[in-house]
Amino acid sequence: MPIVANPHKTTGFLGWIDDRFPLTKMWKDHVAEYYAPKNFNFWYYFGSLAMLVLVNQLITGIWLAMHYKPDAAQAFGSVEYIMRDVPWGNVLRYLHSTGASAFFIVVYLHMYRGLLYGSYRKPRELIWIFGCLIYLALMAEAFAGYVLPWGQMSYWGAQVIISLFGAIPVVGEDLVIWIQGDYVPSDATLNRLFALHVVAIPFVLVGLVIAHLMALHEVGSNNPDGIDIKKNKDENGVPLDGIPFHPYYTVKDLFGVSVFLAIFLTVVFFLPEVGGLFLEKPNFTEANPSVTPEHIAPVWYFTPFYAMLRAVPSKLGGVIVMFGAVAILFALPWLDRSPVRSIRYKGPIFKFAVLMFSISFVVLGWLGLEAPSEGKTLAARIFTIIYFAFFILMPFYTRMEPTKPEPARVTE
Amino acid sequence: MSSNGVDVGKRRFLTLSGVAVGGVGVGAAAWPFLASMAPSERAKALGAPVEVDISKLEAGQLLITNWRGSPVWIVRRTPDMLDNLKAVEGELLDPASEEDQQPEYAQNMTRSVKDEVLVMIGRCTHLGCSPKFRPEYPAPDLGKDWKGGFFCPCHGSKFDLAGRVYKGVPAPLNMPVPPHRYVGDNTIIVGEDPEVA
Repeated sequence: MPIVANPHKTTGFLGWIDDRFPLTKMWKDHVAEYYAPKNFNFWYYFGSLAMLVLVNQLITGIWLAMHYKPDAAQAFGSVEYIMRDVPWGNVLRYLHSTGASAFFIVVYLHMYRGLLYGSYRKPRELIWIFGCLIYLALMAEAFAGYVLPWGQMSYWGAQVIISLFGAIPVVGEDLVIWIQGDYVPSDATLNRLFALHVVAIPFVLVGLVIAHLMALHEVGSNNPDGIDIKKNKDENGVPLDGIPFHPYYTVKDLFGVSVFLAIFLTVVFFLPEVGGLFLEKPNFTEANPSVTPEHIAPVWYFTPFYAMLRAVPSKLGGVIVMFGAVAILFALPWLDRSPVRSIRYKGPIFKFAVLMFSISFVVLGWLGLEAPSEGKTLAARIFTIIYFAFFILMPFYTRMEPTKPEPARVTE
Repeated sequence: MSSNGVDVGKRRFLTLSGVAVGGVGVGAAAWPFLASMAPSERAKALGAPVEVDISKLEAGQLLITNWRGSPVWIVRRTPDMLDNLKAVEGELLDPASEEDQQPEYAQNMTRSVKDEVLVMIGRCTHLGCSPKFRPEYPAPDLGKDWKGGFFCPCHGSKFDLAGRVYKGVPAPLNMPVPPHRYVGDNTIIVGEDPEVA
């Protein structure tokens, strides 16, 4: 298709721009004339909320970097300086630290929506894969960011996570030294994690978000019924069940934003530590390489995977299981063989499987926060098996079970 | 297949050779970036192996040195101390040193290269305190079965004279043995594995 400058024939100053840059075209293609299904529900808030939190992290992050020192001797002190001496510094930091947890909350719910309504199914496989890559980048970003305050949990968390690479046969030990830039986590490690956290990973993250949205707008949004709204169009080629993103969903999302901000800011202002869940208590003590904290646990959003790591008796096996638990998400579009997309029209086995998966994820998350004991290790093993069974058995139970007929048009 | 006077074969050859040469260039350009992340000269100097002369270390004595920020203990054990390693085995959590807390060449009854010389990181595996050297026995404060070893004053963890942890104490692992090798009879290089014979 040849590119035509200013296809919407605008005039005046806007026309001058549109003759040179597709401003009106982009606005119409992606906002004013992007037709989204009219039956979006509660679950559809979390994509736009993830975007909001990303912007919050970028802006508060830039301002924190104006005061923070990426130096093992000064990092902890500079964070205390931000908290006590920088005007509004404590609010900036709490917006950033609470934003990190909020990011994972909205992203987990956003992914769960995709799981419920089959948003990963053909032709949306690449949207899902870009989404999984965003999740991976987010985990790397969160890990690097958590090390920066250089508290006890920062230091020992870094030590535990980086030493995971030591489980790789042959090259493991050397790889750990290369990643750390030293023989133990040190100033070199902190300094490079700062570079990754503030420059490299944010670039990757923003690029992936753009790719995620471009892929979405290329094929159009899925919906709670999991049916294709482009099959029924009016004489102008507009889907009968579609409504323009603006003003309908911009207004809906703004409502979501207001509710979200009310909750988010309550946490920021009144309970930013959330009882040690968002900001772990040992991290209020400066990193000390010769004193190990009593109990090392990652922040809550990593604990399901941490529980899996500990559930496996061998170190290498645990690392493989942990990374496998994330990697298997990428295969989801090809594991689901059901003739229908949405859980609304799938059979009882799928609903049961999703329930078991949800329980296992939450229980593993709790187990990962706890100190290990015999009973808890056994529980972690059982729920790890359920987690993987959900994915590995999916091609079988989705293919064999009967489904309900999909409606031709979206339901209310 | 040639069209409009284009030599397709030549074009393909140029494309492929361009990609190959360019790929080598990209690989070469990546090298300084990746290599810059390895430990710097300063980090290497600070983490270099240390040489310890043990010729003046007498039987039953402890010598403390330092490697990569950790205290390294060297103990020349007496025959009596070595005999007691067997005697306490039943009370230990990991008597055969199955957990990966030592190099392969120290995974033996005495957790050492030479039976009598113990080389170990002097840090409790519980919370990193420094245990005390308590070779004398009987020691009423450490229980009637005490046969000499290391005792951590912070939380009461006990280790035998090979750094093996007792059962029922907070520390979960034996104390780590660092890589080390001998140069001659009385010089130990801490931080280097023995050359493979």
